Amino acid sequence: MSVFHRFWDSDFAWDFRHSPVAVVSFLVALLLVLSALFAPLIATINPFEPGNLNLMNGFTAPGTQNAFTGESFILGTDDQGRDVYSTILYGMRISLFVGFAAVALGMLIGVTLGLVAGYFGGWTDAIIMRIADVQLTFPSILVAMLIFGVAKGFTPVEYRDQLAIWVLILSIGLSDWVQFARVVRGATLVEKQKEYVQAARLIGRGAMPILVRHILPNVLSPVLVIATISLALAIIAEATLSFLGVGAPSTQPSLGTLIRIGQNYLFSGEWWILFFPSATLLALALSVNLLGDWLRDALNPKLK
Amino acid sequence: MLSYIFRRILQSILVLLVVGLVAFAMFTFIGDPIDNMLGQERTQDDIDRLRGELGLDQPFVVQYVKFILSALQGNFGVSYEQGRPVAQILAERAPATLELAAVSAVFALSLGVVLGVYTAIRRKGFVANLVLTLSLIGVSLPTFLIGILLIYLFSVQLDWLPSFGRGETVALGGWTTGFLTSSGLTALILPSITLGLYQMTLIMRLVRSEMMEVMRQDYIRFARARGLPERVITFRHALKNTMVPVITVTGLQLGSLIAFAIITETVFQWPGMGLLFINAIQFVDIPVMAAYLMLISVMFVGINLIVDLLYVAIDPRLRT
Repeated sequence: MSVFHRFWDSDFAWDFRHSPVAVVSFLVALLLVLSALFAPLIATINPFEPGNLNLMNGFTAPGTQNAFTGESFILGTDDQGRDVYSTILYGMRISLFVGFAAVALGMLIGVTLGLVAGYFGGWTDAIIMRIADVQLTFPSILVAMLIFGVAKGFTPVEYRDQLAIWVLILSIGLSDWVQFARVVRGATLVEKQKEYVQAARLIGRGAMPILVRHILPNVLSPVLVIATISLALAIIAEATLSFLGVGAPSTQPSLGTLIRIGQNYLFSGEWWILFFPSATLLALALSVNLLGDWLRDALNPKLK
Repeated sequence: MLSYIFRRILQSILVLLVVGLVAFAMFTFIGDPIDNMLGQERTQDDIDRLRGELGLDQPFVVQYVKFILSALQGNFGVSYEQGRPVAQILAERAPATLELAAVSAVFALSLGVVLGVYTAIRRKGFVANLVLTLSLIGVSLPTFLIGILLIYLFSVQLDWLPSFGRGETVALGGWTTGFLTSSGLTALILPSITLGLYQMTLIMRLVRSEMMEVMRQDYIRFARARGLPERVITFRHALKNTMVPVITVTGLQLGSLIAFAIITETVFQWPGMGLLFINAIQFVDIPVMAAYLMLISVMFVGINLIVDLLYVAIDPRLRT
């Protein structure tokens, strides 16, 4: 039996096939991720190349012909004549990149600290978990804002716009490591009592190989669940920060920045500049969120 | 018991001191306040004089202790951007945020309890299911999108409610209030719904699950057997017993209400502390950021402490 067949017959895959919510949200998320990935191929133009823009095209409504140039755009254009459809594709790239990178960073920090805290216990554990408790007292969006503000202060003014994306990743990543650390620590505490760990210790393996080769693979499934839910939260956090003007700059707009720009035209009737980025963000966050919910139930039936 | 309270208070003070250290480190290591405060035409003498005046030539620990002591007296330094004392700016902005948070909390609590009880009693009803589904969508929507949606609906399309600002305010001593004018009251509606919606769904779900739990208890069955009217059972017997967790959660959520006000205040251009904080981040106005951080940590840590102590007071099992 091939690997594919084995996977198709597994409980996990059966569960997936029989959950319409999971299938639909998976397809939506996949479509959005792929279109962000291949944005340069399917976008009509690169909207962030100033040479491609024609200001005369500004404020063209979706599906109508521009009065001056005669061009038409499927989702309309914004104030600078950028094709909204293309800005969304490129904006989603940045949203997803920041989301994935921030979760990866949070996961790396959280899993490492969780393993160390759970395995070594004692003072190490007390200090790490105390820091986690303090951080958990504050909502993570506030922590992210604060880290963003501090990091912005450290970067020289002339590099601020270029580095904004990395600062954003850093601030969201640092604000969500706690969830990973708590879960991994709990799982490690259970795993380290088990016989295979004792056997590994008995034959003289060091702490590092035991943690990485033996314990880590056994604590990964809850990490996967948290990572998916964190991804939805990170995408929303990124959009929120960018919307508030403390995230992705307008030269490298994410979905949140696009919504921020679109909000300016809410009263003048150019609804499409705001509506399409918002709908995309919603579809993205909702599908990843529902997928995470399903994953949690599928991987851990006890939680149902 | 006493030692637990003592330890808990000590812990809170320690957390606040650490937050103070973070705030102070922001001052010390980010940029040079001298650069921000003196213009282009400064001499070395000016720089040295100001450095001495601000105490920036002293060792780190001395500066930290001074910083904490002056913060305790409500002195957070001078805003780099506005050139006025931060404490004064915060005092001007605080009423807007506190009124908004208070109205949101009342909205969340009252509607949350009502809808929670309703969805628990009419568990299979169409309206109850509709409310639950809508609440799920509401929770998935980012706060700022809810705000924009409400503005679009009630300000742009229907033109019923104002979309930004506080309306007319009345000054009562040092406190400006929007409660006394009609424009102030209408201006409160959309922002407080935006801010309170998440907490409302949270409370609704909590009340619903607690109510369903309580309705299964024996004493409810006995109350029914005694022939008490359903209304009395629901509100006097069942609801009362769901209130302890609800009050705890509401208390803990008060802090995040003030933190999330940052987003709501930006959407509605509400002149509160959150908007001030966002502007401070954009301008890297460290004194304002640090003061806001300290103020909000005092609130968070204080609320957590009070809730923990109330737990001990309510639940005898914790008194060991």
